[in-house]
Amino acid sequence: MNRPLIRTALRGGEPAPAVADLPAKLRVRNLSFYYGHYQALHDITLDIPAHRVTAFIGPSGCGKSTLLRTFNRMYALYPEQHAEGEVVMDGVNLLEVTRDLPLVRAKIGMVFQKPTPFPMSIYDNIAFGVRLFERLGKRAMDERVEWALTRAALWPEVRSKLQQSGTSLSGGQQQRLCIARCIAIKPEVLLLDEPCSALDPISTARIEELISELKNDYTVVLVTHNMQQAARVSDYTAYMYLGELIEFGDTDTLFIKPQSKQTEDYITGRFG
Amino acid sequence: MSAIAPSNPRYRARRLQNALLLLISCAALAFGLFWLIWILGTLLYEGGAALLRVQLYYEMTPPPGNDGGLANAIAGSALIVATATLIGTPVGILAGTYLAEYGKRSWLAAATRFLNDVLLSAPSIVIGLFVYTVYVARAKHFSGWAGALALSLIVVPVVVRTTDDMLKLVPNSLREAAIALGCPTWKMIVLVSYRAARTGILTGVLLAVARISGETAPLLFTALNNQFWSLDLNRPMSNLPTVIFQFAMSPYEDWHRLAWGGAALITLAVLGLNVLARLVFARKD
Repeated sequence: MNRPLIRTALRGGEPAPAVADLPAKLRVRNLSFYYGHYQALHDITLDIPAHRVTAFIGPSGCGKSTLLRTFNRMYALYPEQHAEGEVVMDGVNLLEVTRDLPLVRAKIGMVFQKPTPFPMSIYDNIAFGVRLFERLGKRAMDERVEWALTRAALWPEVRSKLQQSGTSLSGGQQQRLCIARCIAIKPEVLLLDEPCSALDPISTARIEELISELKNDYTVVLVTHNMQQAARVSDYTAYMYLGELIEFGDTDTLFIKPQSKQTEDYITGRFG
Repeated sequence: MSAIAPSNPRYRARRLQNALLLLISCAALAFGLFWLIWILGTLLYEGGAALLRVQLYYEMTPPPGNDGGLANAIAGSALIVATATLIGTPVGILAGTYLAEYGKRSWLAAATRFLNDVLLSAPSIVIGLFVYTVYVARAKHFSGWAGALALSLIVVPVVVRTTDDMLKLVPNSLREAAIALGCPTWKMIVLVSYRAARTGILTGVLLAVARISGETAPLLFTALNNQFWSLDLNRPMSNLPTVIFQFAMSPYEDWHRLAWGGAALITLAVLGLNVLARLVFARKD
């Protein structure tokens, strides 16, 4: 293949380093996942590099959201679901954490497909998570709220109506509110589960810009249906199919010179 | 000619069905409203004059042939209903929370839901007799506490049911979002689920208050009645439903007037409470 299948973002011409050469934030080893008796993930092994954007693509039902939900142990809310294998962060296997699960989840923030503002004011939506772990004075909390909303590119739009309900915002604003809420507690990893699928192109563009900025401070993991989005914002991309990891590598290579025939079929639109 | 035309027989039949069902629905609505308005109209017509007499609110229930009011019954009813609500609401909300947030589809939750529905439809006279047997008969006297206990047993299943239903309407994504921030489950329930469902839960509590405000049978066996002013929950206590029952069954014209006044008062109080709660929550949301 000489012609790029999907135009990827300009990265200053430098080839991205191989995944193996980067420090890994999350080490996934032989991860299998079950909904009851149904196995949704088969023996996944990969390293998610720190301070990079890693995207997971694949057709619906391929297990990419499931994989994301193992990283912050969201599945533990449902007794019929369980995972085997290892997801190691900072030397700790997250799948074995029991007592300090809230701490794991605070370190690994998650933004969902549909915006989920809490039924409270914009200010309290942000302060909610902060109050769980920090006791801040009024002034410090005000600053934190402003900081988070600024990082999420929402501050100018809401600065004059912080006491209004979070549900009164538009869909795109609600999603940025959720991102702000997530980064307000200063997590180390951000999991984004199709964060733009309910949004219009303008809101999508804003959130994509935001993702590119956030990787300076956070390790970002993005699940998306939109291959162009993966190509635009991610440094590394993984292609999954039927619960298996088919190919994982730097985004440019995966989109321009996929190693696997299956990946090529998917990204050229011959399948899926 | 195309099948998509006004003369299409299937289309015409459907329009006819639509018109017919609309007519039946409107008729059903009119039927319901007719009785409701008749009841309210009769209450106000018969009890209106009694409501406007200020003595109603500060004089005690009189012996036949004397002037009097319902002050002791009003105070007794307010006290018993408030106590029953204060006992029943927390129990009901906590049990409903268990069903919707913790138990979900477990066998214990399923069994609790079933028993709760049985309790919900239990005749109130049975509840009155139950409290009579386990409490009044052993204490050897009627009392306000017994009345409040009986009424709280009616509050609990109503509140359990509405809390369970309303919490189930809270989208799971909201719960997951709170958990994803590192929020412990109990805090997620208190700060997010309750907040999202509070209007519905409050409606359930109000429904329960409305229901017990007019309950007579359980109070006949428990609080009984008291001709005098008393706020002592350890003694028999006057209350509007029993007074209405007693006065309405009597042959005395002035007692009838007071009974009508009491009935109108209960109805208006429940109506007022509902309107007030709606106003408060409409402003907050």
